Amino acid sequence: MTLKSNLKNILLVIFTTLLLSACSTAKKTGDIDGDVYTGKETVEYLAAGVPDRVFFATNKSSLTTASRATLRKQATFLRKNKNLNVVIEGHADERGTREYNLALGERRANAARDYLMTYGISGKRLSVISYGKEKPVNPESSPIAWSQNRRSVTVKVN
Amino acid sequence: MKKLIYVFLINIFITNYSSALIEVDITRGNLDPLPIAVSPLHVDIKSEKYKDVNVKELGEKISEIIEKNFKNTGLFNPLKKDAFVQKPDIAHLKPRFEDWRLIKAQALVTGKLLISGDKLKVEFRLWDLAAAQEMTALAFTTTPSNWRRVAHIISDKIYERLTGEEGYFDTRIIYVAESGPKNQRIKKLAIMDQDGSNTKYLTLGNELVLTPRFNPTNQMVTYMSYFRNMPRVYLLDIETGTQEVVGNFPGMTFAPRFSPDGKKIIMSFAKDGNSDIFTMDLETRLVERITEHSSIDTSPSFSPDGKFIAFNSDRSGLQQIYVMRSDGSNVKRITFGKGIYGTPVWSPRGDLIAFTKMHKGKFYIGVMRIDGSGERLLTENYYQEAPSWSPNGRVLVFYRETKSGSKGEGFSAKLWSIDITGYNERRLLTKTDASDPSWSSLLSK
Repeated sequence: MTLKSNLKNILLVIFTTLLLSACSTAKKTGDIDGDVYTGKETVEYLAAGVPDRVFFATNKSSLTTASRATLRKQATFLRKNKNLNVVIEGHADERGTREYNLALGERRANAARDYLMTYGISGKRLSVISYGKEKPVNPESSPIAWSQNRRSVTVKVN
Repeated sequence: MKKLIYVFLINIFITNYSSALIEVDITRGNLDPLPIAVSPLHVDIKSEKYKDVNVKELGEKISEIIEKNFKNTGLFNPLKKDAFVQKPDIAHLKPRFEDWRLIKAQALVTGKLLISGDKLKVEFRLWDLAAAQEMTALAFTTTPSNWRRVAHIISDKIYERLTGEEGYFDTRIIYVAESGPKNQRIKKLAIMDQDGSNTKYLTLGNELVLTPRFNPTNQMVTYMSYFRNMPRVYLLDIETGTQEVVGNFPGMTFAPRFSPDGKKIIMSFAKDGNSDIFTMDLETRLVERITEHSSIDTSPSFSPDGKFIAFNSDRSGLQQIYVMRSDGSNVKRITFGKGIYGTPVWSPRGDLIAFTKMHKGKFYIGVMRIDGSGERLLTENYYQEAPSWSPNGRVLVFYRETKSGSKGEGFSAKLWSIDITGYNERRLLTKTDASDPSWSSLLSK
């Protein structure tokens, strides 16, 4: 191999690395809208096309447009599966006091539950539990991890 | 808990309260700690063997615990023993004051002990070296296995004599012991002496437990547990190990604390996403609603006279601290500074409220007067919260967490304490990671 082609290869590698890292930065910033996580990492699915979780802004429990769309999909799924019950887990990020976060997780889970109920799902099928900041899905101390942890997750019970 | 048999023998020695005697001012940071010599307690040669207690070294060990207690206050400077000029038994009879003054000691502690008939008899004296006189003396009898508490009780008596305030050494701290990776933490209730010794675990770690708090007599603990995935407030008897759910609430109960008379538990109850404050009388089982508001009301704490309750609420948008009468009337917001405020805890002296403050990505532990004025931030960090008062209202213990990397590496939770002067910040050594500390009252009161 000539020196020239070697250099070319090295340059190519450097170029690709730069491109890739540029992509990953772009992806990260693109995954948060304001303060709310909008990405797909950490998300699991109740069924094909039915995400199990919605995300919240810091100290907030209001549902975003995207969250409402996700919950409508969950409602459709639950209507189709009449014998299925779920528990909605409410979570908070680590940047708050423990006791307040327990209350905040409860409020978030109930925001999701209330929305599912307006779409005809019986409250009897929807139980709620708050874990506050106790069960982070992403253990990193970073804004992106915190946004992934501010969530309510719909989990099948049976 | 084995009760100490208290036999006040002394004060037969002349105790002179003239103002010439040494005094330690604990209302400000002490940059010039008092040099104090703690002589090993003389072990009477007639002492008998007792179980696994090392009788021969007991006098030395007790004096070491006293020294450590004093050093940790930041108010005293215990002097090195190799400079000591008199044998313990002779010094205890009557020190040669001028010799002790030579090593720059201002106060001297002497004592002696005897184990006989399964009893530990201890006496100690505190000497003012400049005034060349005895300041206080005490003798008492207990079981030999209580020897660590003997050291703490002596420390308390000396602290009291020199500062004019109650000590906080014969106390325990209950906390949550943590282990395992950050996203799969195992949490157990743990209890230890104030100086980190005698750690005992009260739960096995099968379920998540949070926020334990002592009742006024330190026999009962209220805490939150996720037993059977039902997050509820529990009551635990430390001696018998029996526990029960507090009340019959159809949802999460959390943030419990005892009322100052120990008769009620105050806590939050979450219903349909909204958390309000309730009390339950432990005897009558009567549940009372204290707040009714569409916001989150939590972290309630009674004033020591039981007449008021401090709590935090986000009714103004973000978490702020409020004070109300204990029946829920007359709610007043007391924090108006920049940032978010939480976890108010009323000082046992009644004059201050300790709190956690969050501002611009930092967490602070601070104190303010009960009307919210005179805010003083004592310590700033990446994450810290949940202050708990020493029984004399001079020191706060809290927990602090560190930042972690993408896999949760570098994460830790530790207990720290700081004087309300803002001085003397130090780590409390625990066997594992630790959070949610709660300080007991004095055990031997």
